[in-house]
This record gives sequence, structure tokens and C-alpha cells, in this order.
Amino acid sequence: MSRAETVIRVEGVSQAFGAPGDPRRVVALESASLDITRGELLCLIGPSGCGKSTLLNIIGGLAAPSTGTVTIDGQPVRGPSPQKVAFVFQENTLFPWRTIIDNVKLGMAFQGVAKSERDERAFESLKAVGLADFTNHYPSQLSGGMKQRAQLARALGLQTEILLMDEPFAALDEQTRMVLGEDLSVLLARTGKTIIFVTHSLVEAVFLADRVAVLTARPGKIKKIIHVEEGHPRKSSFMTSPKLTALRNELYALLHDEIRKTMSQRGETSEGA
Amino acid sequence: MKSGSRLAQRLIQLGVLLVILGAWYWGTLPGRINPLLLPPPAPVFRNFWVLLTTSSIWPDLFVTVREWVTAFLIAAVSGCSLGYIISRSGYAVKVFDPLLAGLYSIPAILLFPLYLLFFGLGPGSKIAIGTTIAFFPIVLNTIAGLAYVDKAYITAAKSMGANNLQMFWSVMMPAAFPIVLTGLRLGCIIAFLAILGGETISSLAGLGHRIVSLAENMESAQMFGNILFAIAMAFIINGVVSFVEARGKRGMQ
Repeated sequence: MSRAETVIRVEGVSQAFGAPGDPRRVVALESASLDITRGELLCLIGPSGCGKSTLLNIIGGLAAPSTGTVTIDGQPVRGPSPQKVAFVFQENTLFPWRTIIDNVKLGMAFQGVAKSERDERAFESLKAVGLADFTNHYPSQLSGGMKQRAQLARALGLQTEILLMDEPFAALDEQTRMVLGEDLSVLLARTGKTIIFVTHSLVEAVFLADRVAVLTARPGKIKKIIHVEEGHPRKSSFMTSPKLTALRNELYALLHDEIRKTMSQRGETSEGA
Repeated sequence: MKSGSRLAQRLIQLGVLLVILGAWYWGTLPGRINPLLLPPPAPVFRNFWVLLTTSSIWPDLFVTVREWVTAFLIAAVSGCSLGYIISRSGYAVKVFDPLLAGLYSIPAILLFPLYLLFFGLGPGSKIAIGTTIAFFPIVLNTIAGLAYVDKAYITAAKSMGANNLQMFWSVMMPAAFPIVLTGLRLGCIIAFLAILGGETISSLAGLGHRIVSLAENMESAQMFGNILFAIAMAFIINGVVSFVEARGKRGMQ
């Protein structure tokens, strides 16, 4: 981290739904600021509804913030920038009427990549996620874990520098997500991409991230950033190491109050604190 | 086990048809039902065979098929276009979807006397009633298909840089296709039924016209032969259109 170069800069980003004064107005994010350096993996973690996914969508240009700015390489984000940013979503967003490889190729087609190059890139990225034998399957023929691998392949095939992952493993069982997490760490160490990874899982956050940004209960603010000093790719032994456990416990302590706060917000109908 | 029960279903269906045929044969034995009201199966099938092997029915068949194809094409083009336009705006969907669904519940055949006045006794009034009846399932299914595409697909395509045209052709169309296709199948079949019905009420030519004039001339065996012909046609149309629909859906998966 000696020559840290900022790629993504989030400055005072707030997001509110509903007009001011409306009793149903929800402030999801409040002046969140964050710098993401080139090649790092940053995890966003926080209680449900704290605006993690909202922040990710704002960074990726899928939503516009109420106030504040996001810049990528110094350019303000005003909409999706598919040349720079690729998404992996929580829910299965593979198109069911296309085969896996055709799903991977579609985004390239949108961006005008030459046909011959599409085939090659799609196959390479499917091979990288271990789906080389499933290129001509339809999404409905794959398991949940394989679908998420295919989504990752689709994002990798776009060859963007930045990858935004919105709880990509949340719908999977714990054993599958452990394996996917390890594979992801190996894969991402090779690609050197800049990644923002939203998760609910404390262990997943520590295992994958260079830095973990903890968000507060709604309205979401960055509460603290924890550094995980451990080289990539992470080995499975790191999963059981005292270092990971200690960081996990630190995260838990940070999050505990926020989760309580979220619960009480839900219990009451008043505006709260 | 499964194929066994499938076979049993087919046998039961065949059995029901045989029972009807048997009852028909038994009921029309000499001294039972007046053959002018219901002729026995043998002469009816003989007449049906004549229709299949000679060209006597061709002029009327041509009239009916032309009315049907014209009505279906008008309904398909207008229904799909209007459905597309409405689906572009959430507000329009909220306004027009219930409105069209409400209009769909009106028995459109009641408009037929009006169409006779407007378009005359010829093919015009049949095309009009066929179009009216086929239009609604087509437009409603087009709206249902296009307006309710899963948001996650749209977001994913947007994040990958799809422009409006790419979004329509690569996401909206294939996502909506199976539902639109169901509307087209329904429209295709009920247009045929509506046109036959219209022809039997008032017309100058066509299958329905033939059946009515044979009935008026007390040519019962011939009339039933023609009815069999119309039934066979509806059956084949249904089979072909359902096959096309299933193939189309399989292609899109």
C-alpha cells in the first residue's frame, strides 16, 4: 500500500427516498465518503437497510445520489460506465433464454466487441471460473453456485478494471460460499482488479478484503475501516487463523450496536434518533 | 409409470369419442331419430370424404381462410403495436391495462349486427368481427409480457451498457416472447371461431354460409359433413398453432 493510487472517490454521498418532510421519507445514506485504491478489495458491511447496495449502485452509475459525487479515475459518474465497471448481482440475472456462453457474450455484444473476440473472451472467463464444460447449458440447468460463477464469468469477460459485487453469495448455502470465496480470492489475486464487495457475512468480509468498511445503521455512514494485512490469494488456513478470528471479533463489536439500532428502528414507527 | 398414465389418458379420451360415435350410430338406427334432424354416421362420413377428395368446398374454404388470415394479421399487428406503445409507460399500463381487460369481457359478437351495417354481408364484416375478438388477447398479453419484465434483467443489461435498441431486442423481446406468443395463439384460434360464427349468422360465402344453406335445404347429411370438416379444421389449426407456440418457447427457453 506504499503507492496507493485512488481509483474511486466517494465524496459526501447521501441518498434519500421520498420528498423532505414526507413521514415515509427514508434516508438510506448520509454523507458517505470513501477512497478506493487501485487493485484493492474493499468489503462493505453493515446492518440490513444501511444503504450498502445503494452505495454500490451509486458507484456503478445505476442510481444517482441525492447529494455528493462519485468519481472514477477523476471522471464524475453520471450513468453506467460498462467499459470500466462490471457488476455481479445477488439474484440470478443470467438471461434464462440464452446459454451460459451466450449470456457471457451478450455484454460484449452491447459494447461492440468483435464477434471472434467475444467467443474467445467468453470461453476464457468461463474457464477461469471452472465452467468450461457448461458453456452450452442453460442457466436453469445449473446449481445456484454455478449460476453465480457464470455471473462472475460474465463480469470478468467484460475486462473492466473495477468489479462491483452485491452480496453475490448471499443466496447460497454456507459450504458453497466458502468454496466460492476461496476460488474468488485465487482468481482475483491473478486479475488485479479493483473490487467492492457488499456482504452480510463477517467471515466472508475478513477472508476476502484488504479493507472492510463498516457502515452504521440507517442513515448509513462509514463508521470505521478495518485493514486486513494478509497477502492474496488467501489460503484456506487463513480461514481458521487467530488473525481472522480477532478481526472478525473486532468487526462484530463494531456492528453489534448498529444491528441493535436497526432492530429498534424497525420496532418503532417514530423517526428515531 | 408416467408414460403408462399418459397412455391411460389417451385411451380414456379415445373411449369418450367412441362412446359418442356409438350413441350417434345407435340413436340413428331406423325408427329412432329422424334422419332429417340427425343423419346416421355413414352418409355423414361419406360426405366428409367427398369434401376432402373433391374441390367442391374450395371456393368457400378460400373465402373463410382469407377472412381469417386477414383478421388475424390485422389483430396481431395492431395488438402487438398498441401493446408495445402502452407498455412503454407505467402510467399508460395502469390506465389502459384494466380498461382493455374490461372491454375484453364484453361479448364482442354483439357488435356483429353493427358490423353488418358498416361493412355489408361480404367478407368485410367477418374480418371485422374476427379482428375485434382476436385483438384483445393479443394486446393484453403483449402488455403483460413487455411491462412486467423482471427488473433484475433490465438492471443487469443496463450495467453492461445496453442501449435502448439492444435492451429491446436482447432483453425485453425474449423475456416477453412466450407470453406474447400465448396471446397470438389465442387470437389465432378465436378469430377462426368468430368468423365461422359470423358466417353462420349472415354472409354471402364461406364455410359457415355453406353449413347454413345446407341446413335450410334440409341436406342434413351434407351439412353434418361440412360441420365435421369445420371441426377437423379447428382441430388442426389448434394443433399447428400450439406446436408453433411450444417450439417458439423451447427456442427461447
